[in-house]
Amino acid sequence: MTTTVAHVHDETDAPYALSHLDALESEAVHIFREVAGEFEKPVILFSGGKDSIVMLHLALKAFAPAPVPFTLLHVDTGHNFPEVLEYRDRTVEKHGLRLHVASVQEYIDAGKLRERPDGTRNPLQTVPLTEAIQSLKFDAVFGGGRRDEEKARAKERVFSLRDEFSQWDPRRQRPELWQLYNGRHAPGEHVRVFPLSNWTELDVWQYIAREGIELPEIYFAHEREVFLRNGMWLTAGEWGGPKESETPETRLIRYRTVGDMSCTGAVDSDAVTLDAVIAEIAVSRLTERGATRADDKMSEAAMEDRKREGYF
Amino acid sequence: MTSTTDQVANLADFAATTLLRFATAGSVDDGKSTLVGRLLHDSKSVLTDQMEAVEAVSAQRGQDAPDLALLTDGLRAEREQGITIDVAYRYFATARRRFILADTPGHVQYTRNMVTGASTADLAVVLVDARNGVIEQTRRHAAVAALLRVPHVVLAVNKMDLVGYQESVFAAIAEEFTAYASDLGVPEITAIPISALAGDNVVDASANMDWYGGPTVLEHLETVPVSHDLTACPARFPVQYVIRPQSAEHPDYRGYAGQIASGVLRVGEAVTVLPSGRTSVIEGIDALGESVDIAWAPQSVTLRLKDDIDISRGDLIAPSANAPATTQDVEATVCHVADQPLAVGARVLIKHTTRTVKAIVKEIPSRLTLDDLSQHPNPGQLVANDIGRVVVRTAEPLALDAYADSRRTGSFLLIDPADGTTLAAGMAGESFASKAETTVQADEEGWDF
Repeated sequence: MTTTVAHVHDETDAPYALSHLDALESEAVHIFREVAGEFEKPVILFSGGKDSIVMLHLALKAFAPAPVPFTLLHVDTGHNFPEVLEYRDRTVEKHGLRLHVASVQEYIDAGKLRERPDGTRNPLQTVPLTEAIQSLKFDAVFGGGRRDEEKARAKERVFSLRDEFSQWDPRRQRPELWQLYNGRHAPGEHVRVFPLSNWTELDVWQYIAREGIELPEIYFAHEREVFLRNGMWLTAGEWGGPKESETPETRLIRYRTVGDMSCTGAVDSDAVTLDAVIAEIAVSRLTERGATRADDKMSEAAMEDRKREGYF
Repeated sequence: MTSTTDQVANLADFAATTLLRFATAGSVDDGKSTLVGRLLHDSKSVLTDQMEAVEAVSAQRGQDAPDLALLTDGLRAEREQGITIDVAYRYFATARRRFILADTPGHVQYTRNMVTGASTADLAVVLVDARNGVIEQTRRHAAVAALLRVPHVVLAVNKMDLVGYQESVFAAIAEEFTAYASDLGVPEITAIPISALAGDNVVDASANMDWYGGPTVLEHLETVPVSHDLTACPARFPVQYVIRPQSAEHPDYRGYAGQIASGVLRVGEAVTVLPSGRTSVIEGIDALGESVDIAWAPQSVTLRLKDDIDISRGDLIAPSANAPATTQDVEATVCHVADQPLAVGARVLIKHTTRTVKAIVKEIPSRLTLDDLSQHPNPGQLVANDIGRVVVRTAEPLALDAYADSRRTGSFLLIDPADGTTLAAGMAGESFASKAETTVQADEEGWDF
C-alpha cells in the first residue's frame, strides 16, 4: 500500500500566513489596479448597496493617497429607497467623486421603455445601463456581482468581455488562467470586471465590520410598514403596492440587499449591530437572493437570461 | 430570521480562517457532479431555497430523488443536456477552513478547462470509477495536475459500493495511480475510497469500509497544509500602476503599486528594477493605508524607493541579491486554449505578470500526447487542447522565472493581437518535475519532451 495519509497541520504556525479576508482584499485590489493600468475609461457601478460600497472602499485603499481614478455610475430605477439615495449622494460628495446617473424613469417618460404590468423595474435597468456605457464610452465597468449569489453568476469570469450590445455569451468566455486577466477588446466592446467574484455574502459583512464601513440604515433592523406579496415583505410605496387585497402592517425588519423597491424583500430581524447581522447571516438557511429578490424567481434561468441581455 | 444566543456562540467559527482553492477533475459519468453535490450537501453548504429549487426541477422531470448535479450545472444549456459546459466556481466553508472549488467539466474540452481550474488550485481531486480503474483520462488528469504543478493531488476512487467495498480493488488502483503520478513529479498523493452516491467517506466516515483508516475527502481538504512556499521564494514585485497624487498634501509622493508575486520585501532592502537594471533601496512600504516594515506574497502593497528612477507598469522590482535574469528567448510548455491554431511564425502578444510585449513563435519542437506522454516532434502547429513545447522570441526582454520556481512569475498568456483572443497558457522552463534530481540532464528519454 503506497497511499500517503494526510498530515494534520496547525495552521497558525505559518510565519507569513494571510487571513482569508486579507487574501480576498489583496486580490480585489490587484484587480482594481490592473484595470487602472490597462483601460482608458473605467467606471464603477454604484448603487449605494453593500457590495458597491465595499468596492468603493477597496478602490479608495488601492490608490491611496491618490484619488480613485474612476467615476461612478448608478442606474436609478426611480423606485429606490430614499435612505440609499441619500447615502449615495453623501458618499460621492465626501470622496470628491463624479457620479453619472442613468434613469429608468426618464426612459419611461420618453416612451423608450414601457412599465411592466407587475410594476417591477429591475429588468428595465438593462437598456439605460448599456446605453450609458455606449454613450459615455466606458471600456471597463466594475460590478459588485459575486459568484456565490446565483448559479449563473458562478460561471462568470473576473474579466467578462461584452460585445457592442453588452451581451454575455457563457459558451464563448475566455479561459481565465492564474491571475493573468486579458482585457483586450475591440472598439465598442467593453469588459465587465468583478473584483468581488470570490467573496461570499458573509465575507462582505465581515469585511464591512473589520473596516468599520458605514452603510445605509436599511441594512439594520428597523420598524417599517410592509405587506406580503409572493411570500416576501415589500415596502409600501408609490411604485404600486399594496394592492387592495394586500394589508400593510408594521414589522421589525431589515434588508439583506438593496435594489428596486418593487422586488426587494425585507427579512424579519432584530439585528441592529454589525455583529448581530453577521450572526444572523452565518446561520441563515436562505441565500441572499432567495430571501429577498422577487425578480430571480420569475424563471429558473432568470439571472442567466438577464445577463445575456447585458444586465450586470 | 431571528438571532438566538446559541447561534451567536458559533460566531467564533466564522473568524479568520485559511482558504483552500481546489479543482475537481473526472470524466463524464464517473460521478464528479454527484461528488461535488454531496460535498456541498453533506457539509451543509446548500441552503434551503437552493435545495428546494433542485427538488422542484428533479420532481418536474420525474426523477425519484433530487439530482445533486443540478446544484452545480447553472446554465440553461447545461441543465437541458445534463452536461457541464464551463468551469464554475463554488464557495463553501466549514468551521476549519473556507474553500473555493473550481468545478471543471470532464467532457471534450477537458484539457483547457482543467488547466483553467488547476492554474490557481492548491489541490486537485482526480476521480476514478472503481469498476474501471486507472484509464487514459485518469492519466491525462494526473499529467495536467503535474504540468500545472498543483501541490496536492487526491485520488478519489468512486463507486466503491459497486465493487462490494473491497479493499483489494481500492489498493490496486491507488498503487497504480500513485506510481504513475509520482513519476510525473506530483509531490503528494492521497487516495481515498468513496461512494459519492451513498455518501461513503465524502464528509462522513464510511461504515462499509472499516479497513480504511485515512481521512474522508472533506477532512483531508480541511487539514491539508496550504502552501506558503510563495514566501520562501525570492521576492518578485511586478509594478502594476504608479501612484502620484500630486496634491498639496502629498506633493512628492511616488509609489509603485502591485501585488507581491513571491517572497518577502523589507524596508531598507537593496532592489533592482528590471528590465532596465537600475538599482535603489526600499524606503517605505504602504500596505493599503498602513505603513509597514515588512510585507509578503500575496499582499497588495505600494513601494516607495529612495531614488527617483524611471519605473512604470510592466517593470519588475526584485532584491538586488536575487534578481532574475532577463531574456528575449522564452522556452516553455503551452496549453493551447483557443479554437484558432497556433503555428510556427505566428505573431502574438505575450502577457507576463503586468507586462505585455510583442513576440513571434520561432519553433514548436514537440507536441505531447497526454495519454502515454509520448512526444510528437515538430507538429508545425498546435490546436485546441494541445500541449506542446514552444520557443518564442520577444520584442523586449522579460524577467521570467521558471514555472517550477514560481507559478506567478513563470506563467504567461499568448494573445492574438488581432482580436484579443487568449491563445495559450504558458509555463516557462521544464515541463514536469523530475522524480529523481540526479537524472542526467541530457537524457532524452526524460520527461522534458
